[in-house]
Parts: sequence; C-alpha cells; structure tokens
Amino acid sequence: MATPASNRALPAINVDPTNKPYFDAAREGRLLIGLCKDTGKHFWYPRGCSPFTLSNNVELVEAKGTGTIYTYTVMRTKEPYSVAYVELDEGVRIFTNIVDCDLDSLKIGQKVKVVFKPTQGDSPPATMFTPA
Amino acid sequence: MSINGKAYIVGAYEHPTRKADNTSVAQLHAEVAYGALQDAGLSKDDIDGYFCTGAAPGLGPLNMADYLGLTKLKHLDSTDVGGSSYVLHVGHAAEAIALGKCSIALVTLAGRPRAEAMATGTAPRTWGANVPDDPFEMVYGRTVANVYAMCAMRHMHEFGTTSEQLAWIKVAASHHAQWNEHAMLRKVVTVEDVVNSPMVSDPLHRLDCCVISDGGGALIVTTPEIARSLKRPLVKVKGAGEATKNQNAGYTDVTFSGARWSGARAFEEAGVTPTDIQYASIYDSFTITVLMQLEDLGFCEKGQGGKFVSDGNLISGVGKLPFNTDGGGLCNNHPANRGGMTKVIEAVRQLRGEAHPKVQVPGCTLALAHGTGGLLGTRHGSATVVLERV
Repeated sequence: MATPASNRALPAINVDPTNKPYFDAAREGRLLIGLCKDTGKHFWYPRGCSPFTLSNNVELVEAKGTGTIYTYTVMRTKEPYSVAYVELDEGVRIFTNIVDCDLDSLKIGQKVKVVFKPTQGDSPPATMFTPA
Repeated sequence: MSINGKAYIVGAYEHPTRKADNTSVAQLHAEVAYGALQDAGLSKDDIDGYFCTGAAPGLGPLNMADYLGLTKLKHLDSTDVGGSSYVLHVGHAAEAIALGKCSIALVTLAGRPRAEAMATGTAPRTWGANVPDDPFEMVYGRTVANVYAMCAMRHMHEFGTTSEQLAWIKVAASHHAQWNEHAMLRKVVTVEDVVNSPMVSDPLHRLDCCVISDGGGALIVTTPEIARSLKRPLVKVKGAGEATKNQNAGYTDVTFSGARWSGARAFEEAGVTPTDIQYASIYDSFTITVLMQLEDLGFCEKGQGGKFVSDGNLISGVGKLPFNTDGGGLCNNHPANRGGMTKVIEAVRQLRGEAHPKVQVPGCTLALAHGTGGLLGTRHGSATVVLERV
C-alpha cells in the first residue's frame, strides 16, 4: 500500500541576521552548512558561533546536497508527511522532510538528494530531501 | 559537598482531577500546594523556598507567590527543562536546603492542556520567540510525537527492538492503572491492543503515547530536623543528577538520552547502583522514552531494553523492576504535559508504603525517579533522583 507524501502548506520561516545567508543561498537552490574555521569541522544548524569553540570564526560552505536517511518517521495525519534526520555526505545530520515519494517505501540508509520547497509569502524555501 | 541526607521530602500531593474545566491554572497551583502542605502537616507561612517552571502563569514565582500568598520566600528557582523540571527541582531544593538558603521548599506544577483542547503531541509547537533552532525545524512539522518516533525507528534499526517489546511497557502501566481510581485509562491492555491501535507516527501507535490530562502536583522538601519533627514517614533525598542532551553540533545520536549522565551522577552521589533500586518512576511520555531511559540509567545494557521490558518485567509483583505503579503518564496522568512531578510523587508513595496495596513493592526502601523534558530526539533535559526510606 502506498502513501504519497502530501504537499502540505509550509509555514513561513523566521529568518534572523545570523542565518540569513543560509536562507539567501536556499533561494538560489544551494545548500550551505556551517564550517568552524578554528577546527575545520562542519556543523549543523548554521549559527553565528562555532559550537566547538564558541568563537565567531565561522563561515558557510556549500554541501554536495546528497546524503542518506539516518532516521525518519511518517506522521499519519490527514496530510501525511515524513520527518527525518538526513546524514549529509559531509557528516552532519540535519532535521528535514522527505518529499515527492511513497512514504511507505522509505528506509534508513536510503540515498537522498536535496530539494527546495516554497513556503508562505516571501519566506525562503525549506530545505528538504527526496529519494536519489 | 554532597546533598546525600541533607534534605527530605515530607509532602507530596497529586491533584485528583484529570479534566479541569471550571478553574484556572493558578487555582490548580493553589490546590496542589495546599494538598502537599496538608500531607506534610505544615502551613503556608512555613514556606521559605518556592520552585515552579515556565508552565506557571506569568513570571513564575512572582505571579504565583502573589496568588498563593507566599510572603516569606528567601529562595526562588524557576529552572524550566520541560517535564523533567520537577525531578530537577527536588535536587535543587536539596542543594538550597543543604546550604541553608531555605528550610521548607514548595514545588508546584499545574496545567489544563485537556480543557484547552491542546493537540499536545501531534501539532507543531515551539517554546517562544527567538528560538535559534526553530528556523531549521518548525517548517518541517516538528511535533512531540514525530521526534520521539524517530528515536524509536533508529533504536529498532540498530538494536532490533520491536513494536511488541515497546508495547510491553504500556501493558505494564495498564496493569498498574487498573487499581488507580483517578487514572484516565484503567483498562488492562495486551501487546496486541497496543500494536493494533492506530499509527500516530511510525513506529509509535496511539497506545505507545501518554495521556493528555489536566491537574498537577506539589512537593514539600525540608531539612532533616524539620522532617523528624513531622509525623510523616521519612523520605531522604540520597542523590540527584541533571544533564542536557542536544544535537551535538549536527553529530546527533538519537539512540540514547541524557539519563546516561544524570543517572550516573545521581547514583554516584547516592552511593548505590541500579541493582539496588526496588522501585523506579521512569518518565513515560511514550513507550520508547521508558525503554531508552532504562538502558541509559543502567538497568540493562544498551540495546537490551526491548528484552528487559518484555514479559511483564516492569509489572509490580511479577517482574524484577516495578515501574510507574500509579499507571504513569501512559495510563494515569501527565498533568500539564509534564510528567516529572507525578514521577516523584509515586516514588514517595512507594517509599512510604502508601501505594495501592495491589502495586505496593513490599519493604520498599530505595527508589528512583527520572524525568526527560523537551524532545528526546532534538534537545532535552534529564533529571534523576534517588530517594530512600529511613
């Protein structure tokens, strides 16, 4: 039995100055992740400080946009949707939705690629994933 | 410095309501405070320390002290780590008492999510403005249920845990709830009932979830000297531990909880081990919450929680570790969506020998209460206390 992912309406995202560059890139279809320049380690979610050293010596770098499902669930609501952590090829695990798929066919370890989905009004798109 | 033996719980009260239509949250706080004072044999003006959370109306201690008429307060604490707060408050109250900052501390919790028709687990909700993780999570329909479900899914993947094993946790809670006249769900259920109930968020079914209930509870914590002057059985705070766990900068592991750290700290302070514990109150927002915490507290090896909870091992009089003998959040009460308070209250009942006779652990002298607050799979608080009847 298949359960197509719904195209539920997505709420606006509250952008602030510390994460605006991330969402500006999302508007251009690019996925950025945090890089701590003190340690050379990637981090998630994007922020104005390094979660490894607390310094502001951080930048956003472009990710390949591919990864695997670390874990997921399907919300069996009227408009069913899948919430997941996707482990990017760069190593960080990001909170997201798996879309444009049969929700009943999802598996941990499945390969996925990034897609950007429009949200309300002028708000930036949401970073989501679909089976690769 | 240790809090071991420096403070005692002398008052514990659980509000009997489960649906509080014609009252207010502040009034529920007043009723539970009065109930705990009556239980202890103390009066309002004895209180010089007050503990509540952001679930209390207004600026917590400010508006509540006014409503409750608390005029002698010397020590305040409104640390809010969700449902685990009230377990944490026991430890903080013991610290304040040990340092002489106050001598009789009141902890209150109350709320009306059921009367307010709140979709506690299945509607996205956040904790306020300017939360830095919200832009990266709320748009994805993050709910309480789906974040806990993702922990269960990964736990099943890594350790082979099954839905039937998780169901045993609800079965055990229901065996206890049948004796509790105030419990919301008193019907004894089977593993089949749980796994055949509607799916909420894979792999968690409706019966893997706790109830949504109104009400609350209160505790009174005091010095050894005052405790001995009262007529109630002596319940000593023997150890306490707290921790937070989060996404670890993107390198998150959702198969364990902060109980790994808060539990170890509480056991070390108490000078006991998990095998010494005769009764355990384990936070049960969902069945998976219980299973992971049991592993992380050290009641079994990591990944063995499924086997540990099976075949009635958590049922009082049947298994090795009686848990949540009031029926827990899964069947009895999860007031204000915060179950830490009732976890401590039932542990106190067990140590006093005041649990229902059908679920009372004979000769119970050492108990544990543990809470997880917030969201297990994103960021949560963990608090553990070890309590002893002396």
